[in-house]
Amino acid sequence: MADDKKSGGLSQMSEQVQASQAWSSIFRPGSIFRKGYSDSPRNRSYVIMNSVLYHLHPVKVKRHAVKVSYTLCLGGLSFFLFIHLTVTGIFLMFFYRPTAAQAWNDIQTLQTAVGFGLLVRNMHRWAAHLMVLSVFLHMARVFYHGAYKPPREFNWVIGVMLLQFTLLLSFTGYLLPWDQLALWAVTVGTNMMGFTPVFGEQVRFVLLGGVEIGTDTLLRWYTLHVLMLPFVLVIFLAIHFWRVRKDGGISGPL
Amino acid sequence: MTEIPEHLRKRAEAAKAKAQAAAGGDAPSADALSADALSADAPAGAAPAGDEKIPSHLLDRGTAAADMPVAAAGVPAVPAGGSGPDGHNQRLLTVVKSGSIQDTRATPVDKVHVWPHLLVAEFLSALAVTLFTLLFAIFVNAPLLELADFNKTPNPSKAPWYFMGLQELLTMFHPMVAGVTIPGIGLFLLIMAPYIDKNPSKRPEDRKFAISLMTIHLMFWSVLVMIGSFFRGPGFNFVFPWNAGLFFEL
Repeated sequence: MADDKKSGGLSQMSEQVQASQAWSSIFRPGSIFRKGYSDSPRNRSYVIMNSVLYHLHPVKVKRHAVKVSYTLCLGGLSFFLFIHLTVTGIFLMFFYRPTAAQAWNDIQTLQTAVGFGLLVRNMHRWAAHLMVLSVFLHMARVFYHGAYKPPREFNWVIGVMLLQFTLLLSFTGYLLPWDQLALWAVTVGTNMMGFTPVFGEQVRFVLLGGVEIGTDTLLRWYTLHVLMLPFVLVIFLAIHFWRVRKDGGISGPL
Repeated sequence: MTEIPEHLRKRAEAAKAKAQAAAGGDAPSADALSADALSADAPAGAAPAGDEKIPSHLLDRGTAAADMPVAAAGVPAVPAGGSGPDGHNQRLLTVVKSGSIQDTRATPVDKVHVWPHLLVAEFLSALAVTLFTLLFAIFVNAPLLELADFNKTPNPSKAPWYFMGLQELLTMFHPMVAGVTIPGIGLFLLIMAPYIDKNPSKRPEDRKFAISLMTIHLMFWSVLVMIGSFFRGPGFNFVFPWNAGLFFEL
């Protein structure tokens, strides 16, 4: 990662790669980079400054901030898993209809008759569990580093909201296969929410789109899962990332 | 010689009278008169010493320059142009400290370029996670049980694993407490953490209480999730998975 710490073998390898014909044909001036790419501080800055990445990263960060042992990449991985889930989820949407009569059959067909259907569904499912885990671990990491302290208090609040949206996204997706596991897990969950004081019945009615789980619930949770919650999550993500930069990058060493 | 404006001449005369009174009636020379006029003209040089924005050594220099001609009134070596000591004819008007107009940082920040140092790490970790989910998806299938059936309640019925802690609490408390009150208070405290924990230090040795509290909290939920997931069998009774088997689907 850090070029000054690179081992002898690695730098030798990168020299060999850069001397190869494939490398020079790709990176010669006029190929991908109109004026060629050579490794200089100026070009390193331009890679960020002249691309959409500038919305996400500054040109330079504190040396401490790139230590993988400090962040364990958890925040970035949570974001990456969100992208991963969006991509696989869009694939799944092509083969799925959110009605009680068709949902389960569509999943069955997806798994047996659609190329890579089973694989993509598996990836979507495991990445979803992994995202819940990585968001949770990211929160623990931030807490143990005291990174929620001023000036980052508000970003912690946004982060806890993001954790809740992640759980809600995962939970709304849980119902969609319309199998026994989905139905009864959601029954347990929504029954619990029905015990909200004062508004219990209303909360449950709004969540289920009726007095009991059925096609209306499926449509409601599908819309929440594929549209509304991701939309809200992305807005909060934007605020989260923006605040990371405005608050002076990630927190410093302990 | 240029004409001296009326108000300046009056001021100079007043200063002259004052100096005469102080010097005990010494006969003033023409040079002393002009020097007096100058010092009255620019009172900044004799500014009160209480102004602490100007370093004292610079202030002394300014005062000395203003006083010098008066003290050496009788010495004819002072040129008629009104020069100060050592032939200087400038006078200190003000001192602007560097901090007020320049932001000087005590320690320069050690920074590295995002490309390649950060982007390579991010790219590699994203690649690793993609590889992990791909391999996991190839070898382990996501569960798809039989079609949902309202007349067939599976025994036990379990919530998704991240809500197992709550379901586990249901065995101990009234549903309103377990399902709404406890998680509600927990989430509220979690959101308020930075506003409750006012300790400014980030070092673990200074935050033993906060770290212990969080660790206990996390352990509490993890243990509940694990008991709920792995140690609950039919009727949601406590079982050992190595005896009764595993009642858990992801």
